[in-house]
Amino acid sequence: MKGTRKRHELTVALAFLAPNLIGFGVFTCFPVLYSFFASLSNWNLQNPNQTSFVGFRNYAVLLQDPQFWTYLINTGYFFLGLPFAIMGSLWLAILLNRKLSLGTAYRTLLYIPSFTSGVAIMILWKSLYNPDYGPINETLRHFIDFIGLNGQITPPQWLSSTKNVFGLEIDKPGINPTQFGIGARDALIYMGIWTAIGGNNMLLYLAALTNVPEELVEATQIDGASRWQSFLHVIWPTLAPTTFFIVIMSIIGGMQGGFEQAKVMTNGGPAGTTTTVAYHIYTKAFEEFQVGYASAIAWVLFAIVFGLSLFTWKFGNRAGENG
Amino acid sequence: MKDSIGKRFAIYALLTALSLLTLAPFVWMVATSLKPLGEVESSQLLPKLAQPDNYPQVFKQINFARYYANSIFVAAWVTFLTCLTSSMAAYAFARRIWPGRDLVFKLYLATLMIPGVVTMIPNFALMVKLGLLDSYAGLIIPASFSAFGTFLLRQFMLTIPMALDEAAMIDGATPWQIFWNVAMPAARGGLIALAVFTFMGNYGSFFWPLILIKSEGLRTLPIGLMYFDTMYGRATHLLMAASVMSIIPPALLFILLQKHLVRGIQLGAVKG
Repeated sequence: MKGTRKRHELTVALAFLAPNLIGFGVFTCFPVLYSFFASLSNWNLQNPNQTSFVGFRNYAVLLQDPQFWTYLINTGYFFLGLPFAIMGSLWLAILLNRKLSLGTAYRTLLYIPSFTSGVAIMILWKSLYNPDYGPINETLRHFIDFIGLNGQITPPQWLSSTKNVFGLEIDKPGINPTQFGIGARDALIYMGIWTAIGGNNMLLYLAALTNVPEELVEATQIDGASRWQSFLHVIWPTLAPTTFFIVIMSIIGGMQGGFEQAKVMTNGGPAGTTTTVAYHIYTKAFEEFQVGYASAIAWVLFAIVFGLSLFTWKFGNRAGENG
Repeated sequence: MKDSIGKRFAIYALLTALSLLTLAPFVWMVATSLKPLGEVESSQLLPKLAQPDNYPQVFKQINFARYYANSIFVAAWVTFLTCLTSSMAAYAFARRIWPGRDLVFKLYLATLMIPGVVTMIPNFALMVKLGLLDSYAGLIIPASFSAFGTFLLRQFMLTIPMALDEAAMIDGATPWQIFWNVAMPAARGGLIALAVFTFMGNYGSFFWPLILIKSEGLRTLPIGLMYFDTMYGRATHLLMAASVMSIIPPALLFILLQKHLVRGIQLGAVKG
């Protein structure tokens, strides 16, 4: 009797799972395995009949390719915006976390950039960043005029400049002092912060803030703790799981990111400075048709994402225990 | 905590300033979309004389209506299929007890880790093999199976007591009836959130249509906009008009349904 019941339950469950499970098998599980085999071949979309097994040669070529490392560094560079975006979201959430008669209106306004983000918004920012007549440089020129430094400093060239705040070399890993400044990569970071700051992360922090024990915050303040101390010792630890979730998701997303910006706004340029690993994969696979090689890049990326997530997991959990 | 009047004033001022900063690019976009070409490069924010004719002009320059329709058609199908397959799977995970359930669920969650770039190339090759390259079906089918959706709806379905299912079963309800009449109403909020997210995600989807679609008539809005930008990059006023029109649906959808969306985002992540 019990056995029949169990079998019946399994049949029902499988029937309900089937549509999703089959789709998942076909479009996720099978492709993952297939992609790994592809990465061990010289598969080229232009002459697929000459595909042969080449072992780990793609990986060997890839790891010795300075282009790949440059693009990996570019991808890493975009993480510079992450702490600002996350802290900004938290700050906005703290501002909004009180009874304000216009609270919902503010939340809605702040959320709109992230909800509408996409090609349209990128085309918009491309115009905003136009160095000659875009409104951003227009404003900066007025400002420079205002502080009386006209002629001594000029606004950045934004999307057409290879400069960056670290002075990174253009086409190989390294530092080059003439590259110090603000350029395309920084422009994309500012746009990213504008897009993300009032988005999902802010909503997650807003939800998490409702778990902060208010009596505790008040008690610490009566005891003479400063606002900053009560934030550090009560609010921040309570928010730790949310911060952890946001960081992990941002790492996973960030490592795969930068494709749309590169395709729509910069074509990966100038001089490849906004080419991320994801855009590199696209170029190799769908413009140069080297899908075997592109699959190898995808797997290296997968390994990095996995490694970073594991690292954050361990590190994050230990921080949680101590906090 | 009660804030003093001065502090409340400061917070309102700060939030207003931040909101204006957020909105400024949109204001510039709308203003520029109403300018004649000759004024696009002027530093004046507002046009001397608004030129609303830019909007119909977009429809004359490119097949904008077609791109709009394609985007909405594809996104609507993906949304319907995703909600159906996800809610059925969520029901199996949340409301049925079967051997291996938790293990299978963990495997499901683990697949959320797989980067899209890994599966993209084989999926493209699969579309070629199945003859779905450059077709609506190729845009719709691979996008219709979501682990995230299953996870989100499961969270919602776990919020009601199992006694309801048992009572329905004693009354002779079939598993489908329990799914439809007990579990689905519990997941209503999640379903709305999932539907909107799926719709929006697909409406804005860029990579997949970019590699899959070759014919002009099958382009979705993001692809159409990108080509418009490449061809008429100097016609900033028309580009902005097209951009305004393409962000109106998501902006409206969010404003109308934000209560559900906010809860969906929060339940989907925090209680995991």
